[in-house]
Amino acid sequence: MANNLYSDAYDWTNQCVKCGYCLPACPTYESMGVESASPRGRINLVKMAAEGKIDFQKDLAEPIDLCLGCRACETACPVGVPYGHILEAAKEAIENSPSTIQKNKMNKIKKLALVHLFPYPKRMNRIGSAVQFYQKTGLSKLIRSLNVLQKVSPALAHLEQALPAIETSSKRIRTGTIMPAKGETKLKVAFFAGCIMDSMMSRINRLTIELLTLAGCEVILPENQNCCGALHSHQGETKQAKALAKRNIQAFMQSDADVIVNNAGGCGASLLEYGHLLADDHEWAGAARAFSEKSKDISQILHQLGPLPFTEEWQGIVSYQDSCHLRNVQKVQKEPRLLLQSIPGVSYVEMEGFDRCCASGGIYNLLHFDESMKILDEKMKNLKDTKATTVVTVNPGCQMQMSIGIQREGAANQIKSMHLVEILAKACGLD
Amino acid sequence: MEKEALDDLRQVIPDDRMFLDLAERYCYSYDASFGEYLPEIVIQPKNAKEISEVIKLANTHKIPVYPRGSGTSLSGGPLPVKGGMVLDMTLLRDKLIIDRENMLAIVSPGVITANIHKKAEEAGLFYPPDPSSSNVATIGGNLLENSSGPKGLKYGTTKEYVIGMEVVTPTGEIIRTGGKTVKNVTGYDLTRLIVGSEGTLGIVTEAIIRLIPKPQSKQTFVAHFNHLIDSGHAITSILSSGILPSALELMDNACIRAVESYRPSGLPLQAEAILIIEIDGHPLAIEEEINKCADICTAEGASYVKIAETEEERQTIWSARKSVSPAITQMGPTKISEDATVPRSQIPAMMERLNTIREKYGLNLVVFGHAGDGNLHPNIITDKRNITEMKKVELAVSEIFEAAIELGGTLSGEHGIGTLKSPYMEMELGITGVNMMKKIKEAWDPNNILNPGKIFPDKGQTRVVLVT
Repeated sequence: MANNLYSDAYDWTNQCVKCGYCLPACPTYESMGVESASPRGRINLVKMAAEGKIDFQKDLAEPIDLCLGCRACETACPVGVPYGHILEAAKEAIENSPSTIQKNKMNKIKKLALVHLFPYPKRMNRIGSAVQFYQKTGLSKLIRSLNVLQKVSPALAHLEQALPAIETSSKRIRTGTIMPAKGETKLKVAFFAGCIMDSMMSRINRLTIELLTLAGCEVILPENQNCCGALHSHQGETKQAKALAKRNIQAFMQSDADVIVNNAGGCGASLLEYGHLLADDHEWAGAARAFSEKSKDISQILHQLGPLPFTEEWQGIVSYQDSCHLRNVQKVQKEPRLLLQSIPGVSYVEMEGFDRCCASGGIYNLLHFDESMKILDEKMKNLKDTKATTVVTVNPGCQMQMSIGIQREGAANQIKSMHLVEILAKACGLD
Repeated sequence: MEKEALDDLRQVIPDDRMFLDLAERYCYSYDASFGEYLPEIVIQPKNAKEISEVIKLANTHKIPVYPRGSGTSLSGGPLPVKGGMVLDMTLLRDKLIIDRENMLAIVSPGVITANIHKKAEEAGLFYPPDPSSSNVATIGGNLLENSSGPKGLKYGTTKEYVIGMEVVTPTGEIIRTGGKTVKNVTGYDLTRLIVGSEGTLGIVTEAIIRLIPKPQSKQTFVAHFNHLIDSGHAITSILSSGILPSALELMDNACIRAVESYRPSGLPLQAEAILIIEIDGHPLAIEEEINKCADICTAEGASYVKIAETEEERQTIWSARKSVSPAITQMGPTKISEDATVPRSQIPAMMERLNTIREKYGLNLVVFGHAGDGNLHPNIITDKRNITEMKKVELAVSEIFEAAIELGGTLSGEHGIGTLKSPYMEMELGITGVNMMKKIKEAWDPNNILNPGKIFPDKGQTRVVLVT
């Protein structure tokens, strides 16, 4: 096992000069206050594990597990240490190392979701429909009033409340569909629907497609696309991540689209890194690189083709919480802000610490509830300072986390959390 | 760690701020130098009283104590070279008071230096010492290492700004030195003795820092030189013309090439040196001064001179200097960053000596630094896994120190002595000079508890050993 990590990540860890410039960028170092919760500490521990000085399970697993994977440290690093790659190599090595401690129950749930749920669009849709049924029938109100979930798991209870209202499946745009541009066709794009976005947030996907056509895109929804594999990579399930990547590359490369568009920062980062993920696979490396080069965030495309034909004025102050993977991996920072500022009536206020992870971190908020909430509560103080009535994100996890934070603050009547696509669609009179 | 000692420590520090597990101990085994020593225990104290009690116990049980800020030290300052206990001071960050009337800041040691800059500026004031690690480093670490950075030329180093402290002594008493007055000649100046003592004479638990009015404006320009010697003359001419720049930075040809291959931005590959000069003060005064500096550079043979017209142009000039560190680490994973300092008239001679050393050992040696105050940073880029090359590095480092001393300079301008330079102390100070320092250490710290293994060489240690 040490060998595996040695070959993958050891050289990367040696690039770290331990200057500590990553420390102020790291949300877990700030909230936990120990060096093992910092990027520099984690990189050194991976190095120590590769050298056989510490044990993978006993010593390395917890500090690695507590990392949000927001990769703000990569942006801060003056020497360009590829932290994300080290992190994933470490996770894979830990996952494959002989277990000296019993893996906890959450691990099993995690595995179940990763292996048997996210990769299967039909299963995800069934869950989406079930949740919609649950929300529509009033069952959700009953459950909430009885406070059942709170007793089972505060993390799940929070998540349940943050779930958006799910649309009926009849409104969902099916894969295989081609939507023509409204007016002149400026660009042919293929839309990456995602797994959670597609099932739980199909409304945002529908609005994304409508915005794209409004901006002059012919939108193709390639068949046989599936989950991007980000959560799998983040949990050390590299093999499965690779399999999912190949299926997506196959599905998208058949379309003759100029660009592959997504609307979730986390997925987008993962798509952008297919080239890296499959770099050693001779058969797939070229196609993976080509796929990654075509991959763009929705904000980039809408900004490129803008201005959008707005029809409604927006009331109130809007602030923006960066998605870490959009900001730190895809390096997209300007476009969402410019789009928000272009909405008539919007008064845009930047939030202190906008570049700091909200601690949603994929499923981090489920796995490490207390740590996550500590970081989130700090963020909410900053959000309140902006006096914003709307906080906008470009990632489903961040959006739900913002909703959780707003609820925790008891501010649900004053502030709402929206996806960039939702606010733009509303201002364009779509809904 | 012995059970008895541990039981005693547990009476003082709660378990959640005391770490014995291997992972956490490894996380406090390094700093930004490249040494690595595993402590037996890591403790995160929260106040002076806890520290005082921990130090008393350390004296009882004879446990070495290593105070540590953010671990950005380049000289091995916080490394637990004799095992024992690392005191992580980063939780002591509750106090950052700006006293506008008295132009002071009163701070806890764990406060990040950049936060002091920010708060002072909000009050229209200025704390000049600005080490390049200021966004990360704690003020406590800055004090004990007497850090400075590019503004040392005009504004001096950290010690010029500390006027009072609360300190836990090596035997665990809490004392105050200095105070809130800029003038203070009561007794020995313990403040100055402790600042820069690299954590061997006390642990700072509060500091009173002098602030000055914020300069109204600043201007920057860059000059390229085809001959290094001309840049040296330009530096001395500027400084003797009565102008005191707030920064005067130099990059040598090896640096220029490294930066250009890392992030091409049109730097002149044939130039032997680039100077970056910044002037601050009243807008009308600096307008005149910056033009005069540019004229001097041209007269001394600069091939190109450019005064930044906009903030964007200013950033572009500085970005070349700021790219040096990332650029040079592309050449290898181990970076030995020196800070040998010479009187500024000797800069050209020192550059010559460094050139000779580079050629003699065939090493990746680049030079940049704060030329205005003679504080150069010769950096050797290597790979510590390459034992043969590391042996050459040892010899080269020794020669760099020798050159600096021979030219009337010093071993360290701002990084401190730490573990790396202790064998050379006698070379600079003489046996008696070092002995006077040792006597102070022995009188203050009879059990040699605080940061042992730093500043003073072990018996028989005559030169640096990087690999064994």
